[in-house]
Amino acid sequence: MARDLAPEVERLLQFRDPNIRKKAALCSIRIVKKVPDLAENFINPAASLLKEKHHGVLLTGIQLCTDLCNISAEALEYFRKKCTDGLVKVLKDVANSPYAPEYDVSGIADPFLHIKLLKLLRVLGQGDADASDSMNDILAQVATKTESNKNAGNAILYECVSTIMTIEENGGLRVLAVNILGRFLSSRDNNIRYVALNMLMKAIALDSQAVQRHRATILECVKDSDASIRKRALELVYLLVNESNVKSLTKELIDYLEISDPEFKGDLTAKICSIVEKFSPEKIWYIDQMLKVLPKAGNYVKDEVWHALIVVITNASDLHGYIVRSLYRELQTAGEQETLVRVAVWCIGEYGEMLVGNAGMLNQEDPITVTESDAVDVIETAIKCHSLDLATRAMCLMALLKLSSRFPSCSQRINDTIIHYKESLVLELQQRAIEFNYIIEKHQNIRSALVERMPVLDEATYSGRRAGSVPAAVSTSQGAPLNLPNGVAKPTAAPLVDLLDLSSDEVSAPSSSGGDFLHDLFGVDLPPASSQPGGNHAQKSGTDVLLDLLSIGTPLAQSTSMADMLSSGDENKSPADILDKLGSPSGPPSQASPPVGSSSMMDLLDGFGPVSSVPENNGPTYPSLVAFESSSLRVTFNFSKQPGNPQTTYVEAQFVNKSPNAYSNFVFQAAVPKFLQLHLDPASSNTLPASGNGSITQKLRLKNSQHGKKSLVMRIRIGYKINDKDVLEEGQVNNFPRDL
Amino acid sequence: MIHFVLLISRQGKVRLTKWYSPYSQKERTKVIRELSGTILSRGPKLCNFVEWRGYKVVYKRYASLYFCMCIDQDDNELEVLEIIHHFVEILDRYFGSVCELDLIFNFHKAYYILDEILIAGELQESSKKTVARLIAAQDSLVEQAKEQAGTISNMIAQATK
Repeated sequence: MARDLAPEVERLLQFRDPNIRKKAALCSIRIVKKVPDLAENFINPAASLLKEKHHGVLLTGIQLCTDLCNISAEALEYFRKKCTDGLVKVLKDVANSPYAPEYDVSGIADPFLHIKLLKLLRVLGQGDADASDSMNDILAQVATKTESNKNAGNAILYECVSTIMTIEENGGLRVLAVNILGRFLSSRDNNIRYVALNMLMKAIALDSQAVQRHRATILECVKDSDASIRKRALELVYLLVNESNVKSLTKELIDYLEISDPEFKGDLTAKICSIVEKFSPEKIWYIDQMLKVLPKAGNYVKDEVWHALIVVITNASDLHGYIVRSLYRELQTAGEQETLVRVAVWCIGEYGEMLVGNAGMLNQEDPITVTESDAVDVIETAIKCHSLDLATRAMCLMALLKLSSRFPSCSQRINDTIIHYKESLVLELQQRAIEFNYIIEKHQNIRSALVERMPVLDEATYSGRRAGSVPAAVSTSQGAPLNLPNGVAKPTAAPLVDLLDLSSDEVSAPSSSGGDFLHDLFGVDLPPASSQPGGNHAQKSGTDVLLDLLSIGTPLAQSTSMADMLSSGDENKSPADILDKLGSPSGPPSQASPPVGSSSMMDLLDGFGPVSSVPENNGPTYPSLVAFESSSLRVTFNFSKQPGNPQTTYVEAQFVNKSPNAYSNFVFQAAVPKFLQLHLDPASSNTLPASGNGSITQKLRLKNSQHGKKSLVMRIRIGYKINDKDVLEEGQVNNFPRDL
Repeated sequence: MIHFVLLISRQGKVRLTKWYSPYSQKERTKVIRELSGTILSRGPKLCNFVEWRGYKVVYKRYASLYFCMCIDQDDNELEVLEIIHHFVEILDRYFGSVCELDLIFNFHKAYYILDEILIAGELQESSKKTVARLIAAQDSLVEQAKEQAGTISNMIAQATK
């Protein structure tokens, strides 16, 4: 439609009635915006409009030219060459014109025309020295002569300053412009100040010195009662920060943080944190500032920020004592700020003995006596506090474990606290409590090795990863390891398998973007739920993977192994205890129902598909196979597949007892490499009568993502109790039919 | 470019809307709801500019009506304040001491006046006299048409159609 009407409109641009002409001009703007190709047709008529006397037509003509220049470079050239002088003359006439009642607005003749002309001159002068030269005089005149006690005048001045800032360098004019802005800044009218702040942001790019002079005023604006002004001022301050003024600016901002509105706090905190991080001259100052921010606005601090803080803390080994003592002090007063509690609890756990022993005192510190039980008190208060969320309390449990090793005298008391959480209704806490209790009670010898100091986190890899991290795709279950949701965690098998690929993988994989840093901490490559990039790893170390899977394969390990990782750089210690747990039914109560436990465990291992009922008997049949046979047990697999779904195999496993004794607490576990997905349904029972008088059946579902390329392979482990003795049998099933 | 013009009463009732950018019906209601909330809740001493969704909204309160105009990031806000004032002055001149009731009962005229001032989101006439003249011409046309419709010959023509 625009193309069809364009010639009509063009004709109307030269109509005799000025009202028609002006409307035609604005209509042409729309057409040109819609169809930029037609711009050439309008150049000439537009140029002729610039010679009009009628203000309305002149206004619209100027607007048309401005838009033409923005759209077409050719038009820009044309207007620059031909029309600049004419425009300057028009502006001069208008600026000097005597009082005209028709166009007068608060003492200025036609401010709209002024503004439009200045806009066009800006477009023409940008990037072109000649055009800019010809404008200098009139700009100077407008800048100095226009009255600024009325809004109209200020509008013109604003436009003028904007033009001066954009066109080519002219020292005198620039000074003039910055002076006007300074005047605006100190005006009492909020609108004017807002506009000035806006303009200053652009001015900074050109002349930051001049803007620095107004720093104090801008800081005042950050504290203004008007939300729009505060926002602009904060952004401007952020741009103003450099190494020389960062300390004073940060001090001001942090002071203001205390009294600012809640809506503003989030923004302010984010800005302070990024300023501090970018410009901190030395580590101790950075840590100090963060220590000030955390108690005041800890809840607004984002996760990456406090993770970065922890990275810096581990790297600043000489400051550990100072840090932990300061955090301890802060924690006494501001115990509800989530992030503060997390960082403090972590540090106290790590560096507890420094806190108590007053190690590494710096000159400016006051001595503080903290006994071991004080430190434990603090953490216990935190864990009992109900306003703190799950992750924080989980971290507290972790810290308690570390302290139990570092403060042997408090070990019993810590153990009592942990025992209390073994009955917690929150699964995460319960799991941790049970594990840690077990470690404390039964594994004194490895405990200290388990909770050794963390290795120093590598700042370079961290900042690299943070820069490259993809915000979107990672599923929420792969957030901080401590943020695992209540109840059984639902990530796919991939995390667990990858976790165990640790032994064969490189620690840092910079190409692994996404995922939280603390995951990457352990070289754990947590891919988004959809992809399985680690597939190749599984292939090269197939059996190793399966072996590792089975030896560390518990849901407890899934979440708490992460936490254990947090304290020990070496995960291989855990298998020993966890394996014991698997074997002893008299262990923690969570093992009360092994079949359910095992299938849920397996589900964790292989990822959640919907629990579908196995179809009765569909598709091509495959010969059944004896998967495993020993002197006391035989396991048979029967296969079926659904037609049209060759990748999925339904297996019915049948267990027959060959010995004369009945088995109880019968548990079947299976592990598969990465390219397979395994789903186990609950077993029919967990007691296997003797001598084949009955059998247990259990249904499995296997999905082979490499169907046709790789055949199925599975490692199985069967545990049962015979005559009150625990037996564990393991085997590998390699003889699956090729075409499954 | 001005994207839309909104006139809202103090109680949140919409008196006039004019859209210069494509907005679907649903979007329009959403925009109106959002902006009403934001603007009506602002205090009296605060500045007249609100940043909203990447655009700037300039508003001015005249008696019980809020005049809002939404502009791009790089437009001159003070100029838009002047445009709003220009519009109000013309309304005032036309209706003679305009009040909200005038706009309620003669909204068609208010729209017509707005159309004479802004087209496609740009200012088209900076002279109040010209605008007044144009509106007067339009009014006389309307009068003429009404008279004609009332004459006997017309009525007969209508009846026998």
